[in-house]
Amino acid sequence: MEIKVVRDILDVNNSIAEENRKFFSAKGVFVLNLMSSPGSGKTATLEKTLVRINNKIPAAVIVGDICTTNDAERLLKTSTPVVQINTDNFGGECHLAAHVIRKAADDLDLDSIKLLIIENIGNLVCPAEFDIGEDMRGVVLSVTEGEDKPLKYPLMFRVCDFALLNKIDLLPYLDFDKDKAIDNIHAVHPEMPVFEISASKGLGFDDWIEWLCTMVENKFTD
Amino acid sequence: MHEMSIALHIKDIVIDSIPSDQTGVKVETINLKIGKLTAVVPKSLKFCFDIISRDTPFNGAILNIEEPPLILFCNDCNKESTIIKPPFTCKNCKSSNIEFLSGRELLVVSIEVSQP
Repeated sequence: MEIKVVRDILDVNNSIAEENRKFFSAKGVFVLNLMSSPGSGKTATLEKTLVRINNKIPAAVIVGDICTTNDAERLLKTSTPVVQINTDNFGGECHLAAHVIRKAADDLDLDSIKLLIIENIGNLVCPAEFDIGEDMRGVVLSVTEGEDKPLKYPLMFRVCDFALLNKIDLLPYLDFDKDKAIDNIHAVHPEMPVFEISASKGLGFDDWIEWLCTMVENKFTD
Repeated sequence: MHEMSIALHIKDIVIDSIPSDQTGVKVETINLKIGKLTAVVPKSLKFCFDIISRDTPFNGAILNIEEPPLILFCNDCNKESTIIKPPFTCKNCKSSNIEFLSGRELLVVSIEVSQP
């Protein structure tokens, strides 16, 4: 006997994500989900971003890693509230799911912030599939990776709303074809904004920060 | 890598879908749709599902996975394109003003059960 089901496999996660979205919106908080492969410079990018944004928009960070609290310790030095999630000390989940975010948010004073940045687990595959209740998704791609990453991980680049091309100070020393990389991003996601930055040298942050502030303000003025 | 998490979600849906008045049924087949533009590898999913289905009513059930192709609909020329890789643009007019008609499915379509 065949029993019709027709249910989205991730429907439980998706409905919690939708509850998160309503919850954060009611609190007046804009949520950014930042993703990338390991080592592309998400934490360094956030360190520089938070220092520059703190006097404009009060922010907090939820940082996900399989193990260690190293990233949280780095980010706390920017005087930003940080909650660290470890999925498992010995090799746990490769992505953050919606229910984990809601629980972590309980440790933050949401009434005193306007921007919540979620640094997802370094991985270009799994986090792309899981809605966590964010308003915007971003992906960091560094020039020490291949310029074909967008073609190898098209779902990630398709679901994101912007890309940060990091480590551009290293371009003179690499064979990385920057124009080709941006073409590849746009083959997967035409017209996606791409900001060229160097987190270690603090280059290119003005345009990126201005755009981020505009996106946060637009949410609450529309 | 997250196929175990996907398999656990499928397990919950299958358990929910067995009618409560039918005790002792065995789930023979689970029919899924996993689109080509998802981050799920069917072979890995089957491996994970076999592990978590031990000692359940669907131990040994077949995961029958249909993989819908990536089909785009062009909002400019109203034509459909089936594509296997980027660019995600209309094959007919090259427009990027497109929507995905299929390829993003992650669905439990039905289950097939037998009485003891």
